[in-house]
Amino acid sequence: MYKILVKQQLAPSVQLFEVEAPLIAKKAKPGQFVILRVNDQGERIPLTIADFNREKGSVTLIFQEVGASTVELGRLQQGEFLLDLVGPLGKPTHIEKFGTVVCVGGGIGIAPVYPIARGLKEAGNEVISIIGARSEDILIYEEEMAAVSDELIITTDDGSKGIKALVTQPLKELLDSDKTISLVVAIGPVIMMKFVAETTRPYGVPTVVSLNPIMVDGTGMCGGCRVSVGQENKFACVDGPEFDAHKVDFESLMARQRMYKPHEKQHSEYIAGKREEGCKCHSH
Amino acid sequence: MSLSLNKNPMPEQEPKVRAKNFSEVSLGYTEELAKAEAARCLQCKTAPCRKGCPVQVDIPAFIKEVKEGNMDVAIAKIKEVNSLPAVCGRVCPQEEQCEKYCVLAKRGEAVGIGRLERYVADTARNKGEHITAIDYAPDAQKVAVIGSGPAGLAVAGDLAKKGYKVTIFEALHLPGGVLMYGIPEFRLPKDEVVQVEINNLRKLGVEIVVNAVIGSTFTVDELMEEEGFDAVFIGTGAGLPYFMGVPGENLNGVYSANEFLTRCNLMKAYRFPECGTPIHVGKKVAVVGGGNVAMDGARTALRLGAERSYIVYRRSEAELPARLEEIHHAKEEGIDFQFLTAPTAVIGNKDGWVTGLQCVRMELGEPDASGRRRPIEIPNSEFILEVDTVIIAIGQGPNPLVQSTTKGLETNKKGNIAAHEETGVTSKPGVFAGGDIVTGAATVILAMGAGKKAAAAIDSYLQEKKAK
Repeated sequence: MYKILVKQQLAPSVQLFEVEAPLIAKKAKPGQFVILRVNDQGERIPLTIADFNREKGSVTLIFQEVGASTVELGRLQQGEFLLDLVGPLGKPTHIEKFGTVVCVGGGIGIAPVYPIARGLKEAGNEVISIIGARSEDILIYEEEMAAVSDELIITTDDGSKGIKALVTQPLKELLDSDKTISLVVAIGPVIMMKFVAETTRPYGVPTVVSLNPIMVDGTGMCGGCRVSVGQENKFACVDGPEFDAHKVDFESLMARQRMYKPHEKQHSEYIAGKREEGCKCHSH
Repeated sequence: MSLSLNKNPMPEQEPKVRAKNFSEVSLGYTEELAKAEAARCLQCKTAPCRKGCPVQVDIPAFIKEVKEGNMDVAIAKIKEVNSLPAVCGRVCPQEEQCEKYCVLAKRGEAVGIGRLERYVADTARNKGEHITAIDYAPDAQKVAVIGSGPAGLAVAGDLAKKGYKVTIFEALHLPGGVLMYGIPEFRLPKDEVVQVEINNLRKLGVEIVVNAVIGSTFTVDELMEEEGFDAVFIGTGAGLPYFMGVPGENLNGVYSANEFLTRCNLMKAYRFPECGTPIHVGKKVAVVGGGNVAMDGARTALRLGAERSYIVYRRSEAELPARLEEIHHAKEEGIDFQFLTAPTAVIGNKDGWVTGLQCVRMELGEPDASGRRRPIEIPNSEFILEVDTVIIAIGQGPNPLVQSTTKGLETNKKGNIAAHEETGVTSKPGVFAGGDIVTGAATVILAMGAGKKAAAAIDSYLQEKKAK
């Protein structure tokens, strides 16, 4: 059982949990993830480690309530417990002094970009960060990203904060500028990562993305998370989750992510129905 | 009374009924049937059956107690050497082990040793076994067991009984390894059998730490240098699924058997949406492979509602590696066997979903290195099997996580840990290994046998260490 030390609402339907997990905190490195289970009926869901505190023995998880399991997770309160939490899983981000790096985070993807940007900054890189969201109210981690970046560019789809653009627009401007960009790291929705890859490809700038395929065990025993990278099958949970963006087959990844769409809807309806039943019982 | 040449049949669910549910196929002996079957045992002084048992259960002795109705004594006899009899009685290939050597097998059918072991264990469990916790010495040495599958459980059980403090580290959220995620509920009930037997180990004093991935959460070196373990046993199994390497394998609807079975068995996807893990099963399912895992996949697919469930196997029926009993059950339930058939591609539609499995017909040529006749493709025999789900069950290899993070641990060219067959001794002092991580994918009882041998070797290693 893993205690929720801090619960914080970051944006509508975006939550932060700081969870007591000393063994994971001791080992966690930027780019790694955990798998958790809310309760005994729960599925195993992967979440990237947004931060870790080795002294306190805690890890920070940030998630968006997008389906039944994340909604259930979001209903847990500070002081309550997660049933299962395993990690750190996956390979850590390769961090060294590259020169000038651009860290791109989209939506909830800003959270996992944060420890990477921090790591790159600590390694002596000039860090330019671009963070984007649909609108200002769901933009997270602005201050944290500012603190670890030499320059922070904000974009929103509706122009409510920063530049009214997609993250790829300022990225392209940077690539066109006099600056030599040595590396781009992008985390966000698959479609965003795909367009970041397409933006940097003509410039030949190495680009790393963190993939989020469907996972079950997260330890390499099932291959549910397999992705095609440079025509080769890789398991994102053990070979990744980070890969060379210019080699990833994003179309296949997106198709595979849609595999359980009808099930997800059915599960949400079932859980909602259960909750309603529960409420009825209380009113009697 | 003349001796029956045939085993007393074990009651089973009707094939048509059971093909639609996840309850256990075999219902087990009643007391009368168990006593009648026990009476068939000739009580041979030489007990040839014992040499077929990888853990050498005293078979005639426990059967004698069954015949006389002393079930408490019978279970104690078995448990002297086997901590998981309810599991072994169900999933061991007895026809190749104990029962193969039964003298009755020369004239008729062997004594149903597996069925009797199962009966004894089930009876003890249903009565609620009393387990006495071990009273550890203050200076008891500590052993870490990595992996809670059959090998690790056998090591843990044996060493605990010898007074060592054993901690099992398991990567998943429940212990049991393949007993939990691989073998289906309808062959081996999870909550009622597997977890109860594992809980008995806990009551004995074995600590089980779940959600601990060795190589990540701890390394083997950390366990020995920082966590104070005097010896380590690695029983991480063969959990890395092989894919075929044909086009279309990443289409939606293509599973490794490991994923399909893990979703169903460990995550209870057959109870979706009550349980949150989904599983996709179409109307027509092809399972590629001919081992027990393939049979489990095909039979699970039927139970999840598939109208047609094919086994696609590149050799003929005679070469099927699965247990005869499993093949028989699969046939009874209506599994459609496509022998001498090899897939060449998975075909999909524009949305990325499977619509068929492109195959070729094969014929058998000369025997290969494994002694089995090699399948050869028949030219121009290509055809498409219309299916919407494909499950790949062509084997598993070793997960490299522990080996790659442990200093001085040698592996062979297949990536398995190099360990002595009789002792489990590896190239690293104090580190032992056994089960599928050493041999490649094999059986539950062979893994348990390897675990028992390793436990004996660990015991002598630790005694020597203490004496120094």
